[in-house]
Amino acid sequence: MSESEITMDVNGSTVRGRVEPRKTLADFLREDLGLTGTHLGCEHGVCGACTIMLDGQSVRACLLFAVQADGHAVRTVEGLAGPGGELHPLQEAFSEHHGLQCGFCTAGFLISAAEFLDENPHPDEREIREAMSGNLCRCTGYANIVRSVIAAAERMREG
Amino acid sequence: MKPPRFAYSAPGTLEEAVSLKAEHGDDGLVLAGGQSLVPLLALRLAAPSSVVDLNRVDELRYLREEEGRVHIGAMTRQSAVERSAGLLERLPILADALPLIGHRAIRNRGTVGGSIAHADPAAEWPALSLALDATMDVVGPSGSRTVAAGDFFLGPFTSVLDPDEILREVRFRLPEPGTGSAFVEYARRYGDFALAGAAVMVGIDGEGRVSAAVIALLGVGGRPIRATEAERELQGQALSDERIGAAIASCREAAQPHSDIHGSSSYRRHLVGVLVGRALRLAGARARTAA
Repeated sequence: MSESEITMDVNGSTVRGRVEPRKTLADFLREDLGLTGTHLGCEHGVCGACTIMLDGQSVRACLLFAVQADGHAVRTVEGLAGPGGELHPLQEAFSEHHGLQCGFCTAGFLISAAEFLDENPHPDEREIREAMSGNLCRCTGYANIVRSVIAAAERMREG
Repeated sequence: MKPPRFAYSAPGTLEEAVSLKAEHGDDGLVLAGGQSLVPLLALRLAAPSSVVDLNRVDELRYLREEEGRVHIGAMTRQSAVERSAGLLERLPILADALPLIGHRAIRNRGTVGGSIAHADPAAEWPALSLALDATMDVVGPSGSRTVAAGDFFLGPFTSVLDPDEILREVRFRLPEPGTGSAFVEYARRYGDFALAGAAVMVGIDGEGRVSAAVIALLGVGGRPIRATEAERELQGQALSDERIGAAIASCREAAQPHSDIHGSSSYRRHLVGVLVGRALRLAGARARTAA
């Protein structure tokens, strides 16, 4: 299986790599770029732990091959915080409202929630639960995740 | 849980894609959204020698209306359809169904054509295409052909596509004004594959009688099913509780559900009837307000 050169924007910087076609974007981010914030839960698209942004849209990094992201823009959880390290309101809210325990699912939740709140800045609880349903958590029972998203939405509306 | 090796190509045109696909015949697969195929590769349920990636074939990505027909390029993302407010307003069946397809991240990559070509009997788009009387344009090395939705799905994960053919477009006519539509499915959690579902289009005439009815069932057979008996029985009748009850019974007869760990066949048969009832009532109410 021949390798090919790929170039993409990751969290605002241009990165290059050399990969087999079958290497998933998730593995490329983790192994080749050392961006281990994106996690591998099920590796078949169900759990959402690998959720990242591709060209501004949430996608499963485990269901993309790195070669498919050649020429595109990727944003991972590492890119959520501001340039000086200021936490994204979602990150602050998850921290304050105990929206994580082991943290394995959290990166995926943050990316999904960031996309969701961008489109729906004033969601109700039912909408949040539905929007977050593509991310699975084994620790929290989801209640504090929902609270965190509500709190983040409020903070983001206040600007 | 890593995919096996394959030769990979990412053509820029449909013509190139067809030619690359034809090189490998049965042993090559096309990659559309990847939301069904990549899990199969990761689980090593599929091990093609070649994967032809359609994601750079820009000419397959479009959503347009022309003279009362909606044309959807096969590589159009589900989320692009979901965000077409105008279309969804005119076609509530799509507004009902799109948010039920997997989850947002799945819909951002998954494609309309991919879902149809994959022909999962529990998927939404195959049933939608039946309810909308869609036609599919298919392209192969020897040219293109058109297939009606009713002829497209042969069995579980089996469509009429030959190994060297690629789906190019799905199109359907916008319904007559006054037509009500609805899509209802049941899954145990948001975004799970449905245990059963119903896609319904109902036209109600000036006297409150059904002028046209289309009922497509999903998850209760090896392929989506048109409940033609139920449709025929509704024709010319008022959409009363009694007629809806009869339609439910006919649909249950038409269903050929299987049993698995998610639900027995008798449960699915019962369930599809309940969903048909809900969909008929909703479509009927929408038809009256649309008229």
